[in-house]
Amino acid sequence: MSLTLPEVKRVAWLARIEITDAEAAAAQGHLNGIFKLIEQMQSVDTEGVEPMAHGQDVVQRLREDRVTETDRHVIYQAIAPQVEDGLYLVPRVIE
Amino acid sequence: MLNSTLKQLSVLLAQKKLSSVELTQSCLDRVARLDPGLNAFVTIDAERSLAQARAADASIASGKAQPLTGIPLAHKDIFCAAGWRTTCGSKMLANFVSPYDAHVVEQLNAAGAVILGKTNMDEFAMGSSSETCFWGPVKNPWDRGRVPGGSSGGSAVAVAARMAPAAIGTDTGGSIRQPAAFSGICGLKPTYGVVSRYGMIAFASSLDQGGPMAKSAEDLALMLNVMAGFDARDSTSLARPTEDYTRMLDAPTEADRAKPLAGLRIGVPKEYFGDGLGSDVAAAVEAALVQFEKLGAKRVAVNLPNSGLSVPAYYVIAPAEASSNLSRFDGVRYGYRAAEYSDLADMYAKSRAQGFGAEVKRRILIGTYVLSHGYYDAYYLKAQKIRRLIAQDFVEAFKRCDLIMGPTAPSVAFGLGSMSADPVQMYLNDIYTTAANLAGLPAMSIPCGFGEGSMPVGLHLAGNYFAEARMLQVAHQYQLATDWHLRQPAGVA
Repeated sequence: MSLTLPEVKRVAWLARIEITDAEAAAAQGHLNGIFKLIEQMQSVDTEGVEPMAHGQDVVQRLREDRVTETDRHVIYQAIAPQVEDGLYLVPRVIE
Repeated sequence: MLNSTLKQLSVLLAQKKLSSVELTQSCLDRVARLDPGLNAFVTIDAERSLAQARAADASIASGKAQPLTGIPLAHKDIFCAAGWRTTCGSKMLANFVSPYDAHVVEQLNAAGAVILGKTNMDEFAMGSSSETCFWGPVKNPWDRGRVPGGSSGGSAVAVAARMAPAAIGTDTGGSIRQPAAFSGICGLKPTYGVVSRYGMIAFASSLDQGGPMAKSAEDLALMLNVMAGFDARDSTSLARPTEDYTRMLDAPTEADRAKPLAGLRIGVPKEYFGDGLGSDVAAAVEAALVQFEKLGAKRVAVNLPNSGLSVPAYYVIAPAEASSNLSRFDGVRYGYRAAEYSDLADMYAKSRAQGFGAEVKRRILIGTYVLSHGYYDAYYLKAQKIRRLIAQDFVEAFKRCDLIMGPTAPSVAFGLGSMSADPVQMYLNDIYTTAANLAGLPAMSIPCGFGEGSMPVGLHLAGNYFAEARMLQVAHQYQLATDWHLRQPAGVA
């Protein structure tokens, strides 16, 4: 598996990370090296093997449908880049 | 006092031979003197630390002391601590003052421990050398031209240079154990689910675990007693009966005091001793195994046939989960926001491009790619299947042995900057540690000798699920018969 330059740029767009042509070229080399490492996975037959997400045989714990959180928005928004009237400010999205 | 164990410090504090304020101040003085040459700490806040120390002294005076009361601990800068700048080693969070405490921080604070400071680390825990830190690389006190390992390098150095009696770190692919090995100290990654991840800035959620770093197995046990336990705020936290991890430390497995480890079967996987392992590391590990045999243990050859796939599978799963976890850093609610941008999409793209370092961006790109349409099955799903095979190898091996031992890293600490050309070369450092994260097994590293350049060598122990108390006992008995864990680097007196 080898990434082309347009593919690198597309992945960067999916990840919402701006990337210049020079950076994409440098990244391409490194990424393809990493893909060579990852390709080793294809050497083993995993037919019939269940994917494993967790070491223990557990299921997602549920809790009672009760409100347990308190309103702490003042504290949380004190560290925001731009806030007004309890709202986070960002560039206009809808014209 | 420099080599005092947590237990010894606790006794000194209880007997009023030492106050927490004196102990904390003495640690702060050592940080001021030694850290400029080591760069282990990102944030020191003497006023906050001393206020905690005063409260601890009051606790001790009114007879309410617990084992960690009054003890200053270094916290890896990945644990959110209320009122403390928490940067995760990144420009993205360079000015993030946490509004809340991580569960582990709450537990340690409630136990009366003191936060000595926040330690430097590979950015967002992605690294094996503590060189990708936004705050500059951390230096190894055994040789300042070498790395201390990563990503919990700052915490490892805080302990190795005796700036703090103990520290906390996190381990996703080896980030507690490998820096412990490179820096000549002890570190433990618990069974996945034993230590709550609430407030531990997420890297790879199915792999991350917080754990203690200290000078001895006994100290690790005392720390784990406070760190472990159910937390409803972490959906992967396991509800289990409370354990005292010190309970087995002194108990020999059989009555014979001369052979305290009689009956212990140590699994030694042949796959761990192939090409790529330095002969100096192999020799130190072999000497440790001989020592365990002297203590009564028996070696058993075991096979971990899929161990060669740990690194590839890890470097699919961890970046994939990281790409999801780091998508929250968009400049909207906290963290770095670019100074100039044209619209919202541009704000995201520039904030992330400017706020993240190169290695983090690489891993996000890999992760995004392997999760994207058309590639998920071939990569992420394939890696999760290999994960199952790796875990099954251990289940099989543990039918024939109690613990698995080997080297923690293929070499001793390498030179600063020596692995920067090729990311893959750096990744191969994780060859012995990643399997335990993939399988969710408890694992630790303890010092077992010295190698090239008189640098420390770490012995890796892996146990079955929830075998921490047994592993700590085995390590403790080894440490009663040897003194590798008491060695300290020159120049930190």
